[in-house]
Amino acid sequence: MTLDAITLSVIQAGLQQVCDEMDLSFSRAAFSPVIAEANDRSDGIYAADDGALIAQGAGGLPVFVGTMQYSTRTLVQMIRDGQVATPEPGDIYIVNDPYLGGTHLMDVRFAMPFYRNGEIFCWLSNTGHWPDTGGSVPGGFSASATAVEQEGLRLPPVRLFKQGKLDSEIYSIITSNIRVADQRIGDVKAQAAALLVGEQRLGELLDRYGDDIVTEAIDELRSRAAIQMTSFVREIPEGTYHSKAWIDSDGVVNEPLEICLAVTRTGDRLIFDFSGSSAPCAGPMNSVQATTYSSVYLAMRHIFPEVPMSAGAFEPLEITGIEGTFLDAQYPRPVSGCAAEVSQRIAEAVFAALVAPLPDRVTAAPAGTSGNFALGGHDPDRGRDFVMYQISGGGYGGNADHDGLANGCSTIGISKAPPVEIMEQAFPVLYHRYGLHEGSGGAGLHRGGFGLDYEVELRRGAARASFVMDHGRFGPQGVLGGQDGTVNKVTVWRGEEAYVPEHLSKEQDIPLAPGDRVHVRTPGGGGYGDPFQRPADAVLTDVVLGRYTVEQAADLFGVVLTGSPMQVDAAATADLRRT
Amino acid sequence: MTDQAPGAVVGVDVGGTFTDLVELDQATGRVRLAKVASTLDNQAFGVLNALTAAQVDLAALDLIVHGTTTTTNAVLERKLSKTGLITTQGFRDVLEVGRRTRPQPYGMKGEFTPLIPRNLRLDVPERIDATGAVVTPLDEEAVRKAGQELIDAGCEAVVVHFLHSYANPDHEQRAAEILAGIWPNSHITMGHALLSESREFERGVTAAVNASVQPLLDRYMQRLTDELDAGGYKGDVLVMNGNGGMVSSRRVAIEAAKTVMSGPASGVMAAAYTGRKAGLENLITYDMGGTSTDVALIRDAEPTVSNEIEIEYAMPIHVPMVDVRTVGAGGGSVAKVTPAGLLEVGPESAGAAPGPICYGRGGTEPTISDANMVLGRLDPSRLNAVEGGVSLNQIRDVFASDLGQALDLDATQAAAAVIRIANMKMAGAIRMVSISLGADPRDFALFAFGGAGPLHACALARELGIPRVMVPPRPGITNAIGCVVADLRHDFVQTLNVPLDALEPGRLADVFAAQAAEGEALIAKENIEVRGLRKVYSVDMQFIGQTHLLRVRLERPDIDPATLRTLFEEAYFNRFRVELADIRANVVNANCSVIGTRAELDLSSLIDPPERRATIEDAVMTRRKVYFDAWHNTPVYWRDHLPAQFEITGPAIIQQMDTTVLIEPGDRAVSDEQGNILVKIGGAA
Repeated sequence: MTLDAITLSVIQAGLQQVCDEMDLSFSRAAFSPVIAEANDRSDGIYAADDGALIAQGAGGLPVFVGTMQYSTRTLVQMIRDGQVATPEPGDIYIVNDPYLGGTHLMDVRFAMPFYRNGEIFCWLSNTGHWPDTGGSVPGGFSASATAVEQEGLRLPPVRLFKQGKLDSEIYSIITSNIRVADQRIGDVKAQAAALLVGEQRLGELLDRYGDDIVTEAIDELRSRAAIQMTSFVREIPEGTYHSKAWIDSDGVVNEPLEICLAVTRTGDRLIFDFSGSSAPCAGPMNSVQATTYSSVYLAMRHIFPEVPMSAGAFEPLEITGIEGTFLDAQYPRPVSGCAAEVSQRIAEAVFAALVAPLPDRVTAAPAGTSGNFALGGHDPDRGRDFVMYQISGGGYGGNADHDGLANGCSTIGISKAPPVEIMEQAFPVLYHRYGLHEGSGGAGLHRGGFGLDYEVELRRGAARASFVMDHGRFGPQGVLGGQDGTVNKVTVWRGEEAYVPEHLSKEQDIPLAPGDRVHVRTPGGGGYGDPFQRPADAVLTDVVLGRYTVEQAADLFGVVLTGSPMQVDAAATADLRRT
Repeated sequence: MTDQAPGAVVGVDVGGTFTDLVELDQATGRVRLAKVASTLDNQAFGVLNALTAAQVDLAALDLIVHGTTTTTNAVLERKLSKTGLITTQGFRDVLEVGRRTRPQPYGMKGEFTPLIPRNLRLDVPERIDATGAVVTPLDEEAVRKAGQELIDAGCEAVVVHFLHSYANPDHEQRAAEILAGIWPNSHITMGHALLSESREFERGVTAAVNASVQPLLDRYMQRLTDELDAGGYKGDVLVMNGNGGMVSSRRVAIEAAKTVMSGPASGVMAAAYTGRKAGLENLITYDMGGTSTDVALIRDAEPTVSNEIEIEYAMPIHVPMVDVRTVGAGGGSVAKVTPAGLLEVGPESAGAAPGPICYGRGGTEPTISDANMVLGRLDPSRLNAVEGGVSLNQIRDVFASDLGQALDLDATQAAAAVIRIANMKMAGAIRMVSISLGADPRDFALFAFGGAGPLHACALARELGIPRVMVPPRPGITNAIGCVVADLRHDFVQTLNVPLDALEPGRLADVFAAQAAEGEALIAKENIEVRGLRKVYSVDMQFIGQTHLLRVRLERPDIDPATLRTLFEEAYFNRFRVELADIRANVVNANCSVIGTRAELDLSSLIDPPERRATIEDAVMTRRKVYFDAWHNTPVYWRDHLPAQFEITGPAIIQQMDTTVLIEPGDRAVSDEQGNILVKIGGAA
C-alpha cells in the first residue's frame, strides 16, 4: 500500500461529505413530505464495475443501507448485457422495479454515471419515496393486493434525463399513471439536483487528491471496513443461534408467516440462514432479495452503529436459504409490505438470535411495525377527496442499560409523526385521544417501552379505513426471561358496534360514516430479563405514573403495592416473588 | 444626545465554567475586564465576584447587561421547578409521546424524560377544533379541581395547554383566569402565549420549559437585583435573550423560555457588531471551547435567527433564537484508532472532567488539546502550572503508544494527524451548516473566538476556501462583550399561509405595520434609552406542496406580489439550482423584528493602549519550536504588546490571556483600527 492511514481517513471523510451534501440537497428541495420531513430517501456513491457501495449519506433512511448497491449493481449488469441503453454523460436513469434491487414501487431510484476523462468512474444514485406511483390504492400500501400490477406503475431502468435534459415523453407516461402528478416535477428536479451536487463535489475531491489516489483509497477503505466488521463478528462466540419471528398474515390469507433464522459464527464469517421460512404469500407481505439483505445489514448496524457504510462492511456477512421463501419474492408477487413491515420482522429475527451472545448490545424486540392507517374519503365541506395517513411508533425493547423508549419510530425509519393539530387542519377528523398505551411494555428487569393509544373520529362525509400494521397476533418478543410486549390492537367503532378486522392488523377499505371512530393501540416493546428482578421502587414509580395498574404490578412483576400514598409492601412482595 | 453612551456599562456573562465581565466607560475610555469562576448554584455570587474583581464602582455604573445560563442549565440537567400541566382530555401524554423518533438513527437504545411527570399532567373536558370552533365547552369546575390537585402536590408553576389554542385561545385564557384565583403565585403559562402556532408537541414543550424555569429565573433575578441594590447600584439590569436582544430584569421571567441558549447568542451578537465596525458583514462564527464547538452564520451583519431550535433530543423550544449549531466536542474530543486501522477524532469527548491529559485532572486519552500541546501550538510551559503535574513527555508517550504504534507514526506525526483529521471534520461540519442555510462559505469571513477557536481558524479557513479570518481583541470574553453591545429586540411571526396569487394587496404591509407597532410599544415599556428603531422584514415562502420554507428578506414592508414572486424564485434558484416556473408559491409567515439600537460603543480600547509597544520586535515574548509540516522556530507574540499597526507573516503565534492565535506558514496577519487581527489566508483550497 502506498497510501498512509491519514490520507485514507481524509478521503473517507471527503466521500462521506459528498453524500451528506446530496442528502441535504435532496431533502431541502423536495416537495413530498415523505422525503422532506420523514427523510425517506438516501444518496450515495457506487462502484463503476459492480455497483458496490463506496459511501452513502449518514442521514439516509436505514432500510436503504443495503438496497442501493443492489439496485446499481443490477443496472450496471443490465447495461452490460444490452438489456438497457448505454449511458452518455448527463444521463440519469429512473427505476422502481422491486425485483431489480429495490423495495416497494414507491421507492424510486435515480442513477447517474459519473465520468472522468471520458470513462465512467463511479455511479451516483439516490432513492426517494414518492407519495404515489399509481395502483389500486392512493399511496401504494394496499393490504390486499395479489399482484404487483395492482400496486402501481413499474418502471424498468430508462433514461429519464438524456444529456442533462428531462425526456418529456417518458415523463408524461409517468405523470399519466400517478396521483397528484402536478407536484412530482418538484421531486424529480430535487432528486436530479442532488445527483448534480454530488457530481460537482466529487469532481472537486478528485481534482484535489488525484484520481489514482482516490481510487486506491476506495479499494483500501473497502477492505478495511471488512476488517472492522470482522472484529465485531469476533465478539460473537462461535456457534449457531436460532430465532423465529412471525408476521400476523399477508392480508389476504389469514395465516401467520414465519421467519426461521439460524445465525452461525464460524471464523471471521457470520452466516444468516433463513431456510425453512414460509413460502411466498398471496398478499403483499413478501420481501424481495435486496430488501431482505438490507434488513440484515440494518439490524447489524443497529447492533454495531460504528460500522462504516461501505460494501466491505457487508462482506463478512453471508445470507443464505431465502430461495423459495417469502423473503425472495419473484414477479408478480405483491411486495408493498416489504420495506415497511417484513423488513422489521427480519431485523427482529436477527435481534432475537443475537441477544444471547451479545446481551449488552442487543435489545428485546421493538414494536417493529410502521403502523400504517390510511383513511381515504370525500370531504363535503371542501368539495374534494382526501387521503390521510397516520403512521405511528411503538415501544422499544428493554435492554441491558435501561427500559425501552416509549413510542419510538419504526426500526427501519427515522422520522417524525405528524402532529394531531396538523392532521385535524388537513382532514375532516377529530382525535379523542393520543397518548401512552398503558400496560403495554413487556415486563422485565428492564421493561419494554409503551406503545401509542389513539382514537380518531370521522366528522363528516364518507371514508374508508385501511390498515397495514403487524404484531396484532404476536407481541414483540421479550428476551432473557422478559415477557413479550402487548400486541397491536385495532378496533373500528361504527356507531355502538365494535369491529375488529379479521386479520387483526390488516384490512382494506372498511367503510366509515360520520361519528364512527378508529381506535388503535400500538405494541409495547419486549421486556429484558426477569421481571421479578426489577427493583420494587421502579415498579412503584410505574404505577404512580399510571403506566401499569396495581394488579399488573403484582401479576407481572410480583410487587405488592398498598395504601395511600401508595407504597411497596416489602414482605408481601418477597412472598409473592418466592412463589 | 450624541452617539456616545453617557457612562459606564457592564456586560457580564455566566458560562458553564467562567463568569466573564467587561466594563466600558465611554466617558473616560476606560476598560475593565474580569474572569472568575462561575458559581452555578447561585450565579449571583459569581457576578458579584466579577464586579469586585474588576473593581467596578456600582454607584457610578449606569447599566448592567447580563447573560445567564440559569434556564439553559435547568433544562439540560432537568433541575426544574415542580410544574403541573392542565390539558385537553385525552392528551395528557403529548409531552411524553412526542413526535415518534429515537435519539440516534442506528442503535435501538435511548431514553427520554418528559419535562413534567405523568402524575402531574391532568386533563379536563374541553375541545376546540382546527377552525377554532368549540366542540366541547370548558369544564370550569374540572379546571379548579385540577388546579387544586396540583397545588396540593406542591407544584410551583402550571401550564395550561389546550389543542388548537393558536386558533382560539378562549379556553386557555378562561382556565388561566380560574387558576389565577387559586394559584399561590403568578407562575401560570398559557400554551399559546409564547408561541401561537399549530403543532401541539412543540408548543407544549415550549410552554412547559417556560413554566418550569420561570420560578427559578424569577428568584435568581430577585436575588441578583437585591445584592446589586445592597451594593449601591441604581441603574437598570437587562437580561440577554436567545434571540440576541435583551429585556429588562423586571419582565424577563414572564417569557423565561426566551433566555434559554442566550449565552451562545450573545457571542454571535458580539461577532456581528465587531464585524460590522470592521466592514465585514458576512461572517461564519466559530466558537471552539473545551467541550463544544459552536457555529453560526451572520449575513449583512444580521445573525441568522430560527424559530425551530431543538436544544437536545425531543426538546424543541420554538421561540426565535440565534441559530447556533453545535458541530463538535471541542478541544476535549478524543482521538483513537478504529479496528479498521483508521484514525478517528470524536465524537467521544473527555469533557471538562477528566478532560484532556494536559489538564492534569487524570485524563488518559489523547485529545485535540493534547495534540496542540505536542505540536508546540499551545505553550508547553503551562503544564508546569497544572496541579496534577503532567509532563510533555507523558503526553507524547500516549500519542506514540495509543495512536502512533497502530499507524506507524511517531508522536509528532500522530499529533499532526489528529489535528488534520479534526480540522477536516470540523470544516465539513461547518460547510454543512453553511449550505443548509443556503450560503457558500467562500463568501464569508471566519470569526474565531472561544479558547481554542483562534488556534484552528486559519487551517479551517484554508480547508473551506474562506479567504479571511478575523480574531477580535478579546476572544475569550466574547459573550460578555455581546451583552454590552446588544440591542433591544422583539421578533414577531404571523402565519398567513396563503397562495401568493391570492394575497390581497396591502395585506403584508398591514401585518408588518401591526408587528412594528407592537414592537415599538414593547421597547417603549422597557424604559431604556435607544438611539433609533430598526425594523427587519422577511417572509417565509414555499412552492405549494412543499413542507420546507425559504426565508426571503425584504428591503421594505410594502412589496407587490410580482416583485415578491421574483425575489422568491431568485432565492430558490440560488439555493437549489432549480427553476419551477409552473408551480404556485405560498406565503407562509410574515416576520418582523423590531430592534431598538443602542449607542455605539468604542471597542478599540479593549486592548489597553498604554500596554502596546512601539515595534513588533518588542512584542516578542519568546520563540519556540512549533510543528506545521515540519518544526519551525516560531516567534511568540504577547497580544497586548503588539503595536497598534502591525503585519506578521506566518508562522507565528500570538498569545494572550484567554486564547492562542495560530498564524500558519503562508498566512499574513494585520491589525485593524478596532484592535482586531485579520488573517489573510494563503493558498486556500
